Amino acid sequence: MKALVAVKRVVDYNVKVRAKADGTDVDLNNVKMAINPFCEIAVEEAVRLKEAGTVTEIVAVSVGESSCQEQIRTALALGADRGIHVEVEGKPEPLAIAKLLKGVIDQESPDVVIMGKQSIDGDNNQTGQMLGALTGMGQGTFASEIKIGDGAVEVIREVDGGLQTVSLTLPAIITTDLRLNEPRYASLPNIMKAKKKPLDPDARAALGSGSISRYANRRGAPS
Amino acid sequence: MKTLVIAEHDNASLKAATLNAVAAAGALGGDVDILVAGAGCGAAADAAAQVPGVTKVICADNAAYEHQLAENVSLLVAELGSDYDNLLAPSTANGKNIMPRVAALLDVGQISDILSVESADTFKRPIYAGNVIATVQSSDPKKVITVRTTAFDAVPAEGGSAAIEACSAAHDAGVSQFIHEEVAVSDRPELTSASVVISGGRGMQNGDNFSLLEGIADKLNAAIGASRAAVDAGFVPNDYQVGQTGKIVAPDLYIAVGISGAIQHLAGMKDSKVIVAINKDEDAPIFQVADYGLVADLFEALPELEAAI
Repeated sequence: MKALVAVKRVVDYNVKVRAKADGTDVDLNNVKMAINPFCEIAVEEAVRLKEAGTVTEIVAVSVGESSCQEQIRTALALGADRGIHVEVEGKPEPLAIAKLLKGVIDQESPDVVIMGKQSIDGDNNQTGQMLGALTGMGQGTFASEIKIGDGAVEVIREVDGGLQTVSLTLPAIITTDLRLNEPRYASLPNIMKAKKKPLDPDARAALGSGSISRYANRRGAPS
Repeated sequence: MKTLVIAEHDNASLKAATLNAVAAAGALGGDVDILVAGAGCGAAADAAAQVPGVTKVICADNAAYEHQLAENVSLLVAELGSDYDNLLAPSTANGKNIMPRVAALLDVGQISDILSVESADTFKRPIYAGNVIATVQSSDPKKVITVRTTAFDAVPAEGGSAAIEACSAAHDAGVSQFIHEEVAVSDRPELTSASVVISGGRGMQNGDNFSLLEGIADKLNAAIGASRAAVDAGFVPNDYQVGQTGKIVAPDLYIAVGISGAIQHLAGMKDSKVIVAINKDEDAPIFQVADYGLVADLFEALPELEAAI
C-alpha cells in the first residue's frame, strides 16, 4: 500500500508574525521556517502505518519554491522513502495547490493521501477537501485516529460536539488533527540517510490566483 | 445578488451558528435563501423559514444527507450553486468540511473564516493565528465563504416567513459512510455561543480538578472550555478546546484559569469583550491580553471566587 503525504514549509509556530508596513505582505525576513505542525503529524502517521506493515512505501510531496526541499528532507528523515518537489513561484492558493497535488496523485496512484488539516500561515483548512473534490475521493478531515482495513479506512474525526467515525473507500484523503499522534524527532543518522533518498523535481504549471490580498496587523495584538 | 446559506442544524432544529451566517449574507446585500440538507429535517426547515430576511428555504431531505457527509452534501450545494452568486456556511466543523469541497467542484477559490464583508468581493480574514488580518479581494465569479460566527451578530430566530421548497436531488457519492458519533450532551450553554466562558489549562493538573470550575460556571451560566494542553493531557474531551485549531469564542466574559496564554490559545479567545486571567505565574503571557489579572494559586482562588459570586 502506498501513502502519499503532502508537507508544507511555513513559519515556525512560535514566531509572532507581523504584516509589513505597506501591507503588501507579511514580514518573513530572517524568520525561522519549519515543517507545518499538522504536516509533520501526517508524516508521522504514515511512518507508523509503515512500521505496522500496512503501508509499504511513503512518498512525500511539497508544492513550493526550492526552499521547501528542506521540509521534504525532514519528511525523509522521519521515515518517508522518497520525495517529490513540485516547484512553483510565490504563494499559490489552496485550489492551485490541490490541482498540482492531483497531478501527483494521477502519477503515483497512492492508496491513501495524508495531509495536515490546515497550515498555520494561511489557516485556510481547504486543500485536503479540495483535493477530495478534484479526485472524487472520500475525505476524513480533522482525523484523531485512523484504522486502515480491507479496501477502506475508518477515520475518527474531531467535530464540534465530540467525535465522529466515518468509513471511506480507498483511496481516500485524510487530513490530520493535533491529537492523531505525537511526531518523533528525527535521529541524526536518519537525517544523514535522508540526504541520499531520492527527491525528484516534478515540473507542473501552477495556475493564477483568484484573489489579491493586503495584510495588516491585528489592532491591539500584544507585541 | 443572491446568496445561499447552508444551514447548520441537527434535523430537529436550527443551530445558532446559522443565524450568524445569515447576518453575514445580509451584509452582502440581495436575496438570501437557506438550504437545509439532512434526513427527516422538516422541523429544521420550518425553523429556517422563521428567520427574518430570508426569501426561500430549500429543504433537501434525503438519507444521503443524514449525517452531513461532505462528499454528498457538496455535490448538492454545487448543483444548487449555479443559481447563486455566493454560497455561505458558518465556519463550524461541518462548514469547514463541506465548503472547500464545494468550491473545488465549482472551480473557484474558497474564503475561510471571514471577519467582515467589506464589499461584494472583498473580505477580511485572520491568518497566522489571528495576528495578521488579510483583506482578500476575490475575482472568482462565485464566492464560496465560511463565516466566523463570533464576528457577526446573529439575526433573530423569528419574525420571518419564508417559503419552503422541497429539493429531491439525491447525491450519494458512494465513497463514505457514517459509522458512529460520540457527542457530549450538556445542560451548559454551547461553548461557541455562550456569553460567559470559563476555561482551564495545564495548571488545573488533572481532569477531576475541572470540577472546581463547575460551581462558578453554574453561577455565571457559563460554558466550560480548555486549552489545548489540558485536552492533550486528557483532562477534558477535545470539544472543550479553545484555540487556533479548536473553537473560536468571543464571549462577553472569558475567564482563563491556569492557562499560560500561548499564541495558539489566544487565537481562539482574544476577541472576548472582557478577559480575566488567574495564574500563579506573573510572567504568563495571558496577562498581556487580560483586562483583569489575578496572580494567585488557582486552587485557592477558585473556591474564593465561587463563594464571592
